Amino acid sequence: MSILRCENLVMRFGGVTAVDDFSPHVDPGEIVAVIGPNGAGKTTAFNMITGVYKPASGRVFLEQDGQVTMRDITGMRPDRVAALGIARTFQNIRLFKSQTVLENVLIACHVRVRSGLFGAEISWPRYYLEERAMRERAMALLERVGLQDAAGEMATSLPYGKQRRLEIARALATQPKLLLLDEPAAGMNPKETEDLTRFVYDLRGQMNLAVLMIEHHMQIVMDISDRIYVLDYGRTIAQGTAAAVQANPAVIEAYLGVEEA
Amino acid sequence: MAEKKFTGVAARMTPRRGRDLTLSCAAIAAILLFTHFAMQGFILDAYLVRILNMCATYAILGLSMNLVNGFTGLFSLGQAGFMAVGAYVTTILFLSPEAKGALFYLKPMEPFLQAIQLPFWLSLLVAGLVSALAAFLIGFPCLRLRGDYLAIATLGFSEIIRVLFTNMQTVTNGAVGLKGIPPVVNLWWSFGIMALVIVFIRRLMRTSYGRAFKAIRDDEVAAESMGISLFKHKMMSFVLSGFIAGLGGGLIASIVGSINPLQFRFILSYDILMIVVLGGMGSVSGTVVAAFLITAAKEWLRWLDNGFSLGLFRVPAIAGMRMVVFSVLLMLVILFYRQGLSGGKEFSWQALIDFLGKPARRDLKREEGGKKT
Ligand SMILES: Nc1ncnc2c1ncn2[C@@H]1O[C@H](COP(=O)(O)OP(=O)(O)O)[C@@H](O)[C@H]1O
Ligand SMILES: [Mg+2]
Repeated sequence: MSILRCENLVMRFGGVTAVDDFSPHVDPGEIVAVIGPNGAGKTTAFNMITGVYKPASGRVFLEQDGQVTMRDITGMRPDRVAALGIARTFQNIRLFKSQTVLENVLIACHVRVRSGLFGAEISWPRYYLEERAMRERAMALLERVGLQDAAGEMATSLPYGKQRRLEIARALATQPKLLLLDEPAAGMNPKETEDLTRFVYDLRGQMNLAVLMIEHHMQIVMDISDRIYVLDYGRTIAQGTAAAVQANPAVIEAYLGVEEA
Repeated sequence: MAEKKFTGVAARMTPRRGRDLTLSCAAIAAILLFTHFAMQGFILDAYLVRILNMCATYAILGLSMNLVNGFTGLFSLGQAGFMAVGAYVTTILFLSPEAKGALFYLKPMEPFLQAIQLPFWLSLLVAGLVSALAAFLIGFPCLRLRGDYLAIATLGFSEIIRVLFTNMQTVTNGAVGLKGIPPVVNLWWSFGIMALVIVFIRRLMRTSYGRAFKAIRDDEVAAESMGISLFKHKMMSFVLSGFIAGLGGGLIASIVGSINPLQFRFILSYDILMIVVLGGMGSVSGTVVAAFLITAAKEWLRWLDNGFSLGLFRVPAIAGMRMVVFSVLLMLVILFYRQGLSGGKEFSWQALIDFLGKPARRDLKREEGGKKT
C-alpha cells in the first residue's frame, strides 16, 4: 500500500490552472521526484498535499498507522497534516528568524508535546522529561545534518547551504513518515549538493521514511529517485523510472531541452 | 537517580550563573526592604506610593499586551476592554452590600450582585477569570483575522464593552460609575503581582509553548506547517493576556478608588501600546522599565499642561500637552529605535556590568596607552 496517494488534483488561480489532474503516489521507502520547468505547478502541488491550499478538485490520501484503509486528508489544515506525518521544507527558506538553530528544531518538536501549557510552565515532571527528550532529539538531528556546532547561533546567520540543511532537520523533528523537499539543493555548491544527495539517500534507509522531492539538479534526481513525475504547465507529461523519463521525447522537448539551451 | 539530578544542577551552576543569582537575590532583598520601610511611611509619602502602584500596574498591563503583540506577533488593541471587565468585576465583588446600596441611587442593583461580597484577592482572581473568558469569546471570531483586521476588531470589542457597561444600569451603575473602592492595593499587592507576572511570562517563553508563540510571530506559514495550530496557540496567548489585563484593571480600580466607563476609552489601550513599543516588542524587562518611565514621567510632566515659558516666549496652558510630548517621543522611537529601549533584548547582569564598566575600562585603556608611548 502507498504512504501517499493523490487522485486527480486540480488547482486554479483565477484563470490559470496551475495544476491539472495530478495523481502522484509514494510507496513506503521510496524516493520520488517531481520535475518540470519553473511555473509548472510543482510547489502548488506540495501546497495542496500539505493543506496550505485546498484543491479545486481531487483527493489526497495518507496511510494511517495499523489500518488497511487510507485517510482522506484533502483540505485539512497544515498543522493537522503535519501531525499526521507529512513534513516539508520550503523553496524559499522559511526559518524562524528570531530563533537559534536549536530552537528552530525544538519548535518542530512541539507538535509531539503531550503536556499542557501549565504543566510546561511549572516544569511538571512529565514536561521536564519531554523537554529533555526533545532537546536530545533535536541535538541528534542537528548532528545528522552537521550543524551541532552551530546550535546556539541565530538561524539566519547561517550560510545558505546550512540553512537548507537546518530546514530538513526541522522537518524531520516533526517525526514524519513522508518528507516533502522543495528544491533542497537550490543555491548549493556542487560539494554541498553531493552531500545532500547522499544524505537524502541515507535518510530513507535509516529513518524508515519516504521522500517526495522537487528538484532541478538532474544529477540528484537521476541518482537517487526511484520514480519521477514530470510536470509542464500543470499537466503530467511523463512518469516512471529515471531511464524511462529521460528517454521520453515529450520530456526532452519540454524540460531537458530547455535545460540544454 | 537523585545524585544524577544533582550533577545536572551543579553542571549548570557556572560561576557567572552563581554571581547572577547572588545579584538577583540581593536586588530582590533590597526591593523587599525598601517596600517594607516605604509601607511604614518612612521613605515615601502617600502620593509617591500611589505613583509606584500605578507604575507597577502599568507594567502588568504592558506585559499582558506584550504577550500577544510582542511575543505572539498579533496586533491586538483590546486591552482597555479587558481592563474594564477586570475593574468592574473586582469592584462589584469587593464592595460591601451597603456601599453598593448607597451607590445605586438611580436604579437599584441586581439583588444577587448586591449581596455578594468577597475578599479582595478572590475578587481579583474572579476578575481575571471573567476577563479571560471575555478574551476567549471574542478570540473565537477575531483570532481568525489577520494583521490590521484583528486590531480593528479588538478595538471595536473594547468600545462595545464600554457601551455595554454604560447601559447596564443595574449591574454597573451606568455612566455614574462606582466610587469609594477601598484602597487595599499597596506596594505588596502591585509589586507582588508584577513579580508573579514577570516570572510567569519569562518562564513561559522558555517552554515549548513559548517557542511556539514566537514561531507564529516569526512565520505563520512555517509554524503551521511544523504542526503548530495557529488558532489554538493564538487563543492561549490571547486568553492569558486577557487574564493578566483583568488583574491590572482590578488593581487600578482599587488604586484610583473610583471607576466609570469613560476611564476605559480606547486611548487607554494606546497608552499601553506606547509602553510596549517604547520598551521593545517581545522584551519583558523593556516593558517594565518603559512602564515605570512613562507612568512616572506622565506625573512629573504635569507642568507641561499648565503652560510654561521658554525664555521670551510663553507656551499657553493646553490640556493634553503631555500626551503630545509622549506621542512625539513614540514617533521618534518608532523611527530611530524600532526595537525600543531594550533593543528587543532582556535584562542581564552581565550587560549591566559591561555597561557600567565601560568608562572604567576606557580609562584603563587610556592609561595603558599612555604608558606605552
Ligand atoms: N498563490 C498564488 N496565486 C496566484 N498564482 C499562483 C500562486 N501560486 C502559484 N501560482 C501560479 O501557479 C503556477 C505554478 O506555480 P508553482 O507551483 O510555484 O510552480 P513551480 O513550483 O513548479 O515553479 C505559476 O504560474 C504561478 O504563477
Ligand atoms: Mg516551486
